Amino acid sequence: MLIKIAKPGDLHESDVTPESVYLSRRRFLGGVAGVGAGLALSGRVKASEAYTDVPSGDAPAWLSEKIDQTQWRAVTPADPDKDTLAPFEDASGYNNFYEFGTGKSDPSKRAGSLSTEPWSVVVDGEVNNGGRFTLEDFASPSQFEERIYRLRCVEAWSMVIPWLGIPLADVIRRADPTSKAKYVRFETLVDPEQMPGQRSSFALIDWPYVEGLRLDEAMHPLTILALGMYGRELPNQNGAPLRLVVPWKYGFKSIKSIVRISLVEEQPVNSWQLLAPNEYGFYANVNPNVDHPRWSQASERRLPNSLFSPNNIDTRMFNGYEDEVAELYAGMDLSVNY
Amino acid sequence: MAKQEAKWRLWRGTVFLAALAPLIYWGFQVYQNAAGPEPGRYLLLNIGIGGLWLMLLTLSLTPLSKLTRWKGFALIRRQLGLWTLAYATLHLCCYALFILGLNWALLGAEIVKRPYIIVGMLALLGLAALGATSNRAAMRKLGKRWKTLHKLAYPILALILLHFFWVVRADMGEWAIYAAIGALLLAMRLPPVARRLPRFRQRLAAK
Repeated sequence: MLIKIAKPGDLHESDVTPESVYLSRRRFLGGVAGVGAGLALSGRVKASEAYTDVPSGDAPAWLSEKIDQTQWRAVTPADPDKDTLAPFEDASGYNNFYEFGTGKSDPSKRAGSLSTEPWSVVVDGEVNNGGRFTLEDFASPSQFEERIYRLRCVEAWSMVIPWLGIPLADVIRRADPTSKAKYVRFETLVDPEQMPGQRSSFALIDWPYVEGLRLDEAMHPLTILALGMYGRELPNQNGAPLRLVVPWKYGFKSIKSIVRISLVEEQPVNSWQLLAPNEYGFYANVNPNVDHPRWSQASERRLPNSLFSPNNIDTRMFNGYEDEVAELYAGMDLSVNY
Repeated sequence: MAKQEAKWRLWRGTVFLAALAPLIYWGFQVYQNAAGPEPGRYLLLNIGIGGLWLMLLTLSLTPLSKLTRWKGFALIRRQLGLWTLAYATLHLCCYALFILGLNWALLGAEIVKRPYIIVGMLALLGLAALGATSNRAAMRKLGKRWKTLHKLAYPILALILLHFFWVVRADMGEWAIYAAIGALLLAMRLPPVARRLPRFRQRLAAK
């Protein structure tokens, strides 16, 4: 495999998945390890000065230390002029996190009631190394990486966000799945005391919020568990302290404030699929050709926008990560498996 | 008598300013960059909910007059009805301008494909018909039929609530409150209930 030592800004999303990985699913798992090694040699420039106007959080010492050692700009957009970062105040002020209310500004106003320290994650199901881990024990064996991804919401808006996190594949490999493991199931915290949205008696979501991935989707090098963004730890409203980020799928797949990760044999039923199976499927891959029954998915509003330039741009297949992930769905009818 | 006239003018002026104020406030929020990363959607949603409020307020005026006999309620009925139409029109303009960016082909496709948009458009057309016939000339011309025509307000309210219902994604709480108020206001039009309203007032007065 070609290892090129590039300036941090030269590394693009396509570089994270070398041809050898996405051309062959059989060699897939072996390839992932190589990607990590390749990337570890590149970009070591600390990017904290890029976020001087971002308010600093209140991260525990171990997390600050891990963030300091982040491999900055590990994945950046192929076209940084088009995919410019959303301002931190927008990424942290305009959220869907129904545990804190259904309005876009509810999470930023109300998520202060969430206590993320201490936090533990249960890893269970078809694994040999399961158990309950403190967040530190869970995340610190992995190198933190900065991944600048497009986030496409199913509601037809999008933002570009610099995440800090660890490859989900690392975590799964450490859990040592058994041969029965076919899917990964994720669960968000349930605590009506801390999450006012869970106290609403009119909420249609059956808590806990559940999401799932096929094992190969979960092992894909683009899939990460994020612990931070914009050079700091995650704000509560963005899913602190641990959330999934799957950039080629609609935002609702990227489950927030995770407390449980289970390797399972059966395909999990995710919350939105349970709520409206004709509108939301298990896969939820970004796809401009398959409309939501109530609105078109052919274009999206890239945020922030302004009144007279809604910034409507064409939505790209797999949110622009087609080269990296299309192989995962070879032969599948994506209008059926939406 | 002139004093009385001035009092009602002041009342109507106050109502006018109160209905105008939210629009100025939201506009100012956008101008101040305090409306979030998607100011167009902010205006769209706020004006939509504002229009629903106005619709419910308009429909509460007749029951309120029956219950209180205060003349002021009837005096602002046309004005609030026209405000409802104005908000609904602005709501559609926000959608076309700020969400679709005046992409008419997209608007055409959306109108045909999305039931909630069809329902919203029908409600707006209904409101426009009521607005166009809200002047004295139309009232004279339509005579008895005017009252029948303006009972369209009831199905229009139902359409607005349906439009809202189909937009909600996951929490029906807010919608349920508006729907309950709407159902209550419609129930007050049922003849057995409507007949009892003045009597109810007398009973309250007797106490």
